Amino acid sequence: MFTSTGSVFTLSTTLNELPLGQTAVICAIGGDGELRTRIQSMGLRVGRAVAVIRRSRFGGPLQVRIGTTDLLIRPQQALLVELEPLS
Amino acid sequence: MKRVALLGMPNTGKSTFFNRLTGAAAKVGNWPGVTVDLLSAKVLLGAEMVEIVDLPGIYNLHGFAEDERVARRFLEENAVDLLLVIVNATQLDRQLALVLQLQSLGLPILVLLNMGDEATRLGIQIDESHLSADLQIPVLTISAKHGHGFGPAKTKLTEMLRSAEPARKASMTEVFADDDALESRLDQLFERNVNVPLTSSERFSDRLDRILLHPWFGLPMFFLAMLGMFEAVYTLGAPLQDAVAWLLEVVKADAVTPAVIGWSPVLQSFLLDGLFDGVGTVLSFLPIIVLFFLFMAIVEDSGYLSRAAFLMDAFMSRLGLDGRAFVMQLMGFGCNVPALMGTRVMRSRGLRLLTMLIIPFSLCSARLQVFVFFTTAIFEPWAAPLVLFSLYVASFLAAFMTAVIYRHRLTHAEPLLLELPPYRFPTGAQMWLRGWREVTHFLREASGFILLGVVLVWFLTHYPFGIEPASAETLAGRMSALFAPIFEPIGIDNLMTIALIFGFVAKEIVLGAMAVIYGVGEGQLAGIVAGRTDWVQAYSFMLFVLIYTPCLSTVAVLKQESKSWKFTAFAVGWPLFLAWSVSFIFYQGARWLGL
Ligand SMILES: Nc1nc2c(ncn2[C@@H]2O[C@H](COP(=O)(O)OP(=O)(O)OP(=O)(O)O)[C@@H](O)[C@H]2O)c(=O)[nH]1
Ligand SMILES: [Mg+2]
Repeated sequence: MFTSTGSVFTLSTTLNELPLGQTAVICAIGGDGELRTRIQSMGLRVGRAVAVIRRSRFGGPLQVRIGTTDLLIRPQQALLVELEPLS
Repeated sequence: MKRVALLGMPNTGKSTFFNRLTGAAAKVGNWPGVTVDLLSAKVLLGAEMVEIVDLPGIYNLHGFAEDERVARRFLEENAVDLLLVIVNATQLDRQLALVLQLQSLGLPILVLLNMGDEATRLGIQIDESHLSADLQIPVLTISAKHGHGFGPAKTKLTEMLRSAEPARKASMTEVFADDDALESRLDQLFERNVNVPLTSSERFSDRLDRILLHPWFGLPMFFLAMLGMFEAVYTLGAPLQDAVAWLLEVVKADAVTPAVIGWSPVLQSFLLDGLFDGVGTVLSFLPIIVLFFLFMAIVEDSGYLSRAAFLMDAFMSRLGLDGRAFVMQLMGFGCNVPALMGTRVMRSRGLRLLTMLIIPFSLCSARLQVFVFFTTAIFEPWAAPLVLFSLYVASFLAAFMTAVIYRHRLTHAEPLLLELPPYRFPTGAQMWLRGWREVTHFLREASGFILLGVVLVWFLTHYPFGIEPASAETLAGRMSALFAPIFEPIGIDNLMTIALIFGFVAKEIVLGAMAVIYGVGEGQLAGIVAGRTDWVQAYSFMLFVLIYTPCLSTVAVLKQESKSWKFTAFAVGWPLFLAWSVSFIFYQGARWLGL
């Protein structure tokens, strides 16, 4: 399993840090078995492009878009979605 | 009899298709997790009767929420002839994964790509026959909502059933196969058969979201919309209700009263003051209830519920809940029972129980009747909708306060991932179906335990026969004297106590009971109540009705879903205590201020 801190060469970010309106490609999904499966069946899979549409205030959830699916995801779970470094 | 199971991810239109195919009236809504229990209906396909089973949506076969368990258990325990898999055609990139998983169950499958209308609007092109060949499963595009492609789908289903082998149980053991292989298969399928154009212009839902999910105006707009809805229910509903009440008076005076002339006084009183006035008063609220549910149908089908979860999640998480709990509160406005069932989408017990604890504070349509009656009887027409709105605010406050108090006992660490579907609007047929559902539900209740309650109240207020009805010597009089020490401090007079006691069974009985107690129909009841209670008493009464146990059905579902008598007892006891305390503080406070 990849972790962003474990590698010296890639400084990958998580979905949490993705600026509004930018698109990035997912490179890894963390989390334990069931949560991971749930994240994937919502469409957040390795290789897919994802964008953050909006963030709610006071540390609330993010609205993200993968293809034609819009999702609400809490920051804690967005942390599990790792992205390839932005160019 | 052959059996077909409807499967698919949540919110793909399974229940919509089910309704179209079988003529049933399953609840439809633009929210993942509307169906949380099995529902089956029979339909004639070709020459044979077939049982169709509508199941809760599942994201995959590994889920452990209660609704997903229901679907999985059904597959494990029942032999099925065919799986009818409903897929959202606009989200094939992720939804085909479920089809691939289901394929390993070893049952015949028919895949329906639903929401064909939305796929067309988005310019999505699907090579149906090629996809079908790749999957080696028949695939058809339909629109369950509008009916496109329904004919061919039904024909195909009939044809497949005719040639199907004997029904089998699914072989669930193979499902936990390697997911990586499935993923590459999915990508390949999607790439080869589906073409999604790059979106150039902003979609309608995006534009609406910009307003409704606005960081500052989103929530105020929500509350304004709610206020607007109550204004509408009043302005449209009140005249309709008056018309029904008037009609009932005419029927009573011109048809029923002459018919019972000469009968014994007790029987006359039973039929006129008991049955007719009691049940009639309840029935006169039918137009308001239908109207209210039409609004609810629009709200629930709009897709706003998921947005409400988005807006409220940050706040709700501080109460130990999540955005979905707020959505359940909104659903509870219709009826608390489906809202309680709706908590099945939550996995952790702590979150589920805490949510179930606050749902009964949601001001349901039965309580709405009581409040519409009291606010119009006691308050000026301009103030009535505002007073009603204040009760909705009180309902939220009671729920939030309860959560704050008990969040440390019912803790959880449940993650939140939720679909935000596009905005939709129900068709005329869908609204009609919803209205019809509610009418039949209401009439069933009115002819069942409401009738029973009214009869009981009549007996209590008239026995022993021959003395002044509802006077101190009657059973009701003695009973309310017993409760007086509890209800006097909160300003509720003796006779109303009887209505409250029966309201424990169901809130619809409250007004029916009052009509019986005062021996008049709905038309004159308002005047009598206004003469006997001032606004402080009325508001204290309404606060009590709002907060204490909603009805026995709610209690039964609390038990069924929590599987714990202890929790159920607590979920009944706490609101009773809270209701009394709030009414006490309000009533004594207002009196102390000289109101
Ligand atoms: N545009 C469009 N909307 C549809 C179609 N079929 C269903 N819908 C809408 O999709 C939403 C979900 O429909 P349901 O039938 O409740 O979906 P479900 O699969 O039963 O959902 P769950 O019970 O939550 O799993 C509702 O708002 C429907 O009106 C369709 O063919 N086209
Ligand atoms: Mg359904």
